[in-house]
Amino acid sequence: MSDISESAGHKANPLRWLVVAIPYLWLLVFFLAPFFIVFKISLSQVAIAMPPYVPAFDLAAGISRFFADLKELTFSNYLWLTEDALYWKSYLSSVGIALVSTLILLAIGFPVAYGMARSPKAWRPTLLMLVILPFWTSFLIRVYAWIGILKKEGLLNQFLLWVGAINEPLTIINTNTAVYIGIVYSYLPFMILPLYASLEKLDETLLEAASDLGCPPTKAFWLITFPLALPGVIAGSFLCFIPIVGEFVIPDLLGGSETMMIGKTLWSEFFNNRDWPVSSAVAVLLLLILVVPIVVFQNSQMKAMEAGK
Amino acid sequence: MRKGPSWFNVVSITLGFVFLYLPILLLVVYSFNESRLVTVWAGFSTKWYGEMLRNQALMDAAWVTVRVALLSASVATVLGTLGAVTLTRFGRFPGRTMFSGMIYAPLVMPDVILGLSLLLMFVAVGLDRGFWTVVLAHTTFTMCYVAVVVQSRLVAFDRDLEEAAMDLGCPPMKTFFLITLPIILPAVVAGWMLAFTLSLDDLVIASFATGPGATTLPMKIYSQVRLGVTPEINAVSTVLIVIVTIGVIIASVTTKRQEVARQKAERMAAAAP
Repeated sequence: MSDISESAGHKANPLRWLVVAIPYLWLLVFFLAPFFIVFKISLSQVAIAMPPYVPAFDLAAGISRFFADLKELTFSNYLWLTEDALYWKSYLSSVGIALVSTLILLAIGFPVAYGMARSPKAWRPTLLMLVILPFWTSFLIRVYAWIGILKKEGLLNQFLLWVGAINEPLTIINTNTAVYIGIVYSYLPFMILPLYASLEKLDETLLEAASDLGCPPTKAFWLITFPLALPGVIAGSFLCFIPIVGEFVIPDLLGGSETMMIGKTLWSEFFNNRDWPVSSAVAVLLLLILVVPIVVFQNSQMKAMEAGK
Repeated sequence: MRKGPSWFNVVSITLGFVFLYLPILLLVVYSFNESRLVTVWAGFSTKWYGEMLRNQALMDAAWVTVRVALLSASVATVLGTLGAVTLTRFGRFPGRTMFSGMIYAPLVMPDVILGLSLLLMFVAVGLDRGFWTVVLAHTTFTMCYVAVVVQSRLVAFDRDLEEAAMDLGCPPMKTFFLITLPIILPAVVAGWMLAFTLSLDDLVIASFATGPGATTLPMKIYSQVRLGVTPEINAVSTVLIVIVTIGVIIASVTTKRQEVARQKAERMAAAAP
């Protein structure tokens, strides 16, 4: 409402728009403009791929092909991505791993968030802080903690051998199983928080009414609880799915050679192969995959914000 | 009818928290292990903490990280607060959708994309990479978190106070510093802390944005972890975990106290004739 009074009373003050201009310009320069540079470099070849930027440029078999047809510069990096199965497979497997882990996160996060929302009111702030605390502790450290647990001579194997559940140590580290464990562990707070936020608002009398009318609890869950928790489910799923697709640290530290994820590919393309144009092309394609989920996520966030008003 | 949590609720909460905390707990416990083998217990010792303090490269990296985090969090808090005010107090100006898009996108954007794009820009404009480019990069992605945290507070609070001040002829700038800022201060502080820890924690963006001579602690930890697990890293991790835990607890206690004081003040103001 007061927007009206503001526009009437103070719009004359040009300094007022500095408030908008400063963060706006900062994001234009440091967030939006870099994407155009990435796009430009993903299309160019010689200017950037040659020294001075990459003096140790490795003329691997595939890349030398580019120098044969230097004239067809523009989309050569993208063609390269379609030709090499490595990129296809890592794109597909990233999306696959992200989908499966998001489902696992939902399956684990929902009961926890539900339990928190049903706990006595006095406990809730403490429980909430206990969920938030791991989110504040370093991501890298939390992934590192799992190396000691999942190693061949690690704590999990020691424990299982001691209990007698297994006779030989299991190989978990450097497999996709370890990657799933690491992802679920790291992203669980991101799933629990939005779920809890929508489950906490759930009106318990609805469930009581359903039960009084003879609705079995399972049916009541799917007919009442789940639909009402849907905003939290959507927010949590996107909040996990999008960054997981581009995840680097977890597949790098816990995964093995079988683990192919696009974030890891981009990293090694950039830091190991020092091929900036190809890593830019990888980034552009990754962004294209994520654009739809990101826009959906933003719209849901904006709707939530408007509702908050 | 059912009242309170069922056994299923209790079990799922318990298992959930055991899963969240057991790995961190084990990490902390094994930082006090005498043996070099991280997973074999050989008695209590604090020698790895001494080892950590004597590791000059590690200490240098820690110092770089703290300076980056202090600088970038402070700039990001100013920018993010301005961004939050823009989102909540300026109505629908042209370009608002794009602005909110630029605020929300970095929250979910994979680190590798943010890092690579910033690096290519630094190279394109000929900026020497090092300490300051890491500060710029961290400021950019953490300001979005600050904006979201502060914005939720701005949306929630009663705007009558701001309007009353302005109706009485208080200029907008003064109104912001006298009325708005004190009310949103807990969120601004929380935003700063979030920005600080995110900067402290970041490996991927810093790796892209940095140059020679500016190695941050996560980069150092990462390169050591790749070589193998050592109790020294457990010790560093424990120190970081303890610092963050204390910070979060202090913050939550003080914001709660401020909240209580504020509500009391508001009630008294409302009761006054």
